[in-house]
Amino acid sequence: MAKRLDLKAVDIYYGDFHAVQDVNLSVAPRSVTSFIGPSGCGKSTVLRTLNRMHEEIPGARVDGEVLLDGEDIYDRGSDAVAVRRTIGMVFQRPNPFPTMSIRDNVVAGLKLQGVHDKKKLDEVCEASLRGANLWKEVSGRLDKPGGGLSGGQQQRLCIARAIAVAPDVLLMDEPCSALDPISTLAIEDLIADLKKEYTIVIVTHNMQQAARVSDQTAFFNLEATGKPGKLVEIDDTSTIFSNPTEQATEDYISGRFG
Amino acid sequence: MATDTGLERPDRPAAAPAFQPLSTGRKLKDNLATVLVCLAFLVAVVPLVWVVVTVVGRGIGAIVSADWWGRSLSGVLPESFAGGVYHAIYGTLIQALIAGVIAVPIGILAAVYLVEYGRGRLAKTTSFMVDILAGVPSIVAALFIFAAFISILGAQQSAFMVSLALVLLMLPVVIRNTEEMLRLVPDELREASYALGIPKWKTILRIVLPTALSGTVTGIMLALARVMGETAPVLVLVGYSQSINFDPFSGNMASLPLLMFSELSNPEPAGQFRIWGAALTLILIIMILQLGASVVSRFSAISK
Amino acid sequence: MTERTTAQAPSPGPQDEDPAAGSATLDTVTDSDPAPGGRSQGSSSRGRGERVFRRLTSGSGLLVVVAVAAIGLFLLVQAVPSLMANNANFFTSPEFNTRDAANLSFGIRDLLVVTLLSSLFALAIAMPVSLGIALFLTQYAPKRVARPFAYVIDLLAAVPSIIYGLWGIAVLAPALLPIATWLQNNLGWFFLFAPGNLPVLTGTIFTGGVVLAVMILPITTAVTREVFSQTPRFHMEAAQALGATRWEVIRMAVLPYGRSGYIAGSMLGLGRALGETIAVLIVIRAATSPSHFSLFDGGYTFASLIASAASEFSQPLPTGAYIAAGLVLFVLTFVVNAIARVVAGGKVNG
Ligand SMILES: Nc1ncnc2c1ncn2[C@@H]1O[C@H](COP(=O)(O)OP(=O)(O)OP(=O)(O)O)[C@@H](O)[C@H]1O
Ligand SMILES: [Mg+2]
Repeated sequence: MAKRLDLKAVDIYYGDFHAVQDVNLSVAPRSVTSFIGPSGCGKSTVLRTLNRMHEEIPGARVDGEVLLDGEDIYDRGSDAVAVRRTIGMVFQRPNPFPTMSIRDNVVAGLKLQGVHDKKKLDEVCEASLRGANLWKEVSGRLDKPGGGLSGGQQQRLCIARAIAVAPDVLLMDEPCSALDPISTLAIEDLIADLKKEYTIVIVTHNMQQAARVSDQTAFFNLEATGKPGKLVEIDDTSTIFSNPTEQATEDYISGRFG
Repeated sequence: MATDTGLERPDRPAAAPAFQPLSTGRKLKDNLATVLVCLAFLVAVVPLVWVVVTVVGRGIGAIVSADWWGRSLSGVLPESFAGGVYHAIYGTLIQALIAGVIAVPIGILAAVYLVEYGRGRLAKTTSFMVDILAGVPSIVAALFIFAAFISILGAQQSAFMVSLALVLLMLPVVIRNTEEMLRLVPDELREASYALGIPKWKTILRIVLPTALSGTVTGIMLALARVMGETAPVLVLVGYSQSINFDPFSGNMASLPLLMFSELSNPEPAGQFRIWGAALTLILIIMILQLGASVVSRFSAISK
Repeated sequence: MTERTTAQAPSPGPQDEDPAAGSATLDTVTDSDPAPGGRSQGSSSRGRGERVFRRLTSGSGLLVVVAVAAIGLFLLVQAVPSLMANNANFFTSPEFNTRDAANLSFGIRDLLVVTLLSSLFALAIAMPVSLGIALFLTQYAPKRVARPFAYVIDLLAAVPSIIYGLWGIAVLAPALLPIATWLQNNLGWFFLFAPGNLPVLTGTIFTGGVVLAVMILPITTAVTREVFSQTPRFHMEAAQALGATRWEVIRMAVLPYGRSGYIAGSMLGLGRALGETIAVLIVIRAATSPSHFSLFDGGYTFASLIASAASEFSQPLPTGAYIAAGLVLFVLTFVVNAIARVVAGGKVNG
C-alpha cells in the first residue's frame, strides 16, 4: 500500500531556532528518494517531520503541510501515534529493544496493535525477516535477545521490525553509517527490493549510495551557519549527479564525489 | 501536541481514513497511566504540605516570643508556658558542628582518594563500604559508639559522643557529594596543570578541589541538615538537661530532638506547646541550611 | 578497561607521575590495574608531598572500611557475653526480658516480625507511588517544572524523623482510623487485617507503615528517577517510531532499562525503613501480648526497642542484649544495602 508524500511550504523549528525553511517536494509511491547535503543542514530534521517524530523534542514545531496521499498528517484530527504506525522509520544507530528476543522485536509493532494470535505473529515474523534478508541467519535463534546480533544484522532486524506493521512509507536516517561495506551492500540490495512495495526516503552521506539506490535525490544546504537549512534542488538522481541546475549542488557533488 | 484524538471529522472524504485511529483500549490505557502517574505525584505532595502545615500551625505560637530564643527551660515548671529553648538550639548546633569538623576533612580526602587515586581492591571495597555506611541506621551508629567508647573505653556520656555517631552518618553524604563534584571537573583542567609541571597532589589541592568547591559545600550543608534532626544518637549517648551546658565534652546537654522526646512524657499542655515549638524551630534551622545549600550550588564553577 | 586508561591523552608533562595516572582517573575507580603512579620514586621534596598526600587520602578511604568493620566487630564483642547468658532462644523467643541481669531471657522473634511487617508494608505503599512519581518527573512533567518538582520530593527527606513521628501519631493516625476500621471490618478474615494485640486501631503497624512509606519515598524516587532519566533516547525512539503511545514507550523502553535501578532504589528504601527509629518508637504502641502477624498489632521493631531502653543502659549484660538486637539490625541493613548495590550494577550511586 505504498503512498505518495507531498511537502508544501514546510518550516521546522526547535524552539526559537528556525532549523529548516520552506521545503516543497513530492515523493512518488514505490520510489526511493535520498536526501543529501552537508552536516547540520536539516536532513534528519525534515525526515523526522515526515512521521511526526520531530514533535517529541520539547519546543519543536512544524509549519506547513505534509500530505500523505493528500491527507495532512498534521491535521488536527490525526494522531501522531497513528501516523507513525503508517510511516515506519529506521535509525542511524541500530536500536533493537535489548531485553526482547529477536521474534518479539520483529512483532513488537503488531503486538502494540493488539494482534496476539500466535500463528499470525509467527507468519509475519518470518515474512518480515525474509523481507529484511535476515531470515536465514537468525531462523534458528528467534528466542535469543536482539542485542546479540552483529551491527549489520541488528540494522536489518530494525528494518524487519519496521516493515512488520506494513507501513505505507519507510524512512531511513543514515541506515548504513554504522555498518561495514558488506552489510551496507546487503541493506542497499534490500532497499532495492523494498521499493517494489514501499515508498522510501533515505538520508545518506554517501554519494555513491544515493546514486546507487535512489530514483530521486534532494540536495539540502545551509546558506550560512545559524541560518535555516534549505532544499536547494530536487530532481531525478541521474540529473542531479550528471547535470544539476544549481551551482551549489554541483560544487557539493564534485567536491565529494569519487 | 500529540494528544489530539484520532476521531474522524465529518468533513473527511468517505474513503477509509489514512490513519487508523488508535484502538479505544490503547487510548484508555494511555490516559489511565497519565492520570495514575500524576496522581502519584500529588499523593507525595500531600504529606509534605500536611506535615509543614501541622508543624507551623502548632508551633508558631511558641516561637514568636523573644524568651523562646533567649532562655532555657532551667527552673521552668512542666505546666508553665514560660522559658525557651536556646539551650537545645545550642546543643543541636554544637553537636552538628563538631561532627562536621571531623567528618568534612575525612570525607573530602576519602572522596579524593576514590576519584583521583583509587585503584584496585581497596578502592572497590571503600566505595562499597561508603554505600553500606550510608545505609547504617542511626541507632546502630549510636550503639556502636556506645559499645566502643562508653562500654569498652569507659568514656562518659556527652555531647561529644553524639558528635562521633553523627560523624558516621555524615561521612557517606559528604563523600558521595564531593565525589560527584570531583568527577565533573573536566580532565583538561588537570592535564593543563600537569603540563605546567605541577605535581598531582598540588593540582588536586589548588585546582581540582577549588573547582569543585561549591558542590562540596552544598553537600556539607545537606549533610549537616540531615544529622541535626537525628534523635536516636542523642537518646543513647547523652542525657537531657533543662539548662544550658556549654561543654560538649562532659555533662548532659539538650538538643532540639532530645527536648522534643523528653517533653513527650510531659502530660501538661505546655509539653505539646514546647514539642511543636521545637519542631518548628528545627525545621526552620534545617530550611535555612537547605536554602543556603541551593544558593551555594548556584555559584558552581562547573555547569552540569 | 585497561586499554581505555592507557589510550588516554598524551603525556601531561615533566613530573614524576605516570602519564596515565592523571588523565585516567575520571571513571576508573573500578579499574583493577595497580596505580602506575604508586611507584613514584622521588626522594625529592615534591615526591614526599605526593606521598604524604596520597597516604592521607587512602588513609581516609581506609578509615571508612575500618569504621564499618568496627561497627560489626564491637557490636559482636559486646553482644556475645549477653548471648551466652541468655536463657531463652535468641531467634525464636518472643519475649525480651532484661530486667534481671542474672536471669536474662530475650529473643528477637517479635522484633523481627514487627520490623519486617512494618517495613514491607511501607515498601508495598512506597514502591508503586515512587514509580509513578519517577515516571511523572522524567516522562510526563514538562522539562521546565520537572526540576522544581523533583526538589519538592527531595524536601520530604529533609523533614526530621521525629517530626514524622509526631505528625504520624497526632495527625495521621486519627485520619487513618476510618480506613483501618473499614479494612478490619471487611477484610478481617485475612491475617494481615485480623484484629491485633492492641485495644485501638491507631498507633498500629499499619499507621507506622504509612509513616515509613512517606519517609522512604524520597530515596526510592530519587534513585528510580535518576535511572529512568538515563534511558537512551534511541530506545525510546524505536518504540515511538512503531507507533507506541506514551505509556507503551514506557513499557517497551523505559521500564526494561530502569528496572534494576528501580529495584535498587526500593531496596535502599527498605533499608531505611528497617532501621528507622524514632518515628516508629513514637507511632507504634507497645503491646503486651505477642504478635499475630497482623498489621493492626503493636510492638517494637529492633530500632525502636533499643531506643526505648536507651536510658537504662547501665549494666553490661542487659545492655549487651540490646546490642545483640542492634547487631541483627546491622546485618539486616547490610545485606539489604549490599543487594541494592549489586542490583544497581553501577548505574546509581546511592
Ligand atoms: N534536538 C535539537 N534541538 C535543537 N536543535 C537541534 C536539535 N536537533 C538538531 N538541531 C539543529 O537543527 C539543525 C539541523 O540538524 P539535523 O540533525 O537535521 O542535521 P543533519 O542534516 O541531519 O546533519 P547530519 O548530516 O550531521 O546528520 C542543526 O543546526 C542542529 O543543530
Ligand atoms: Mg542527521
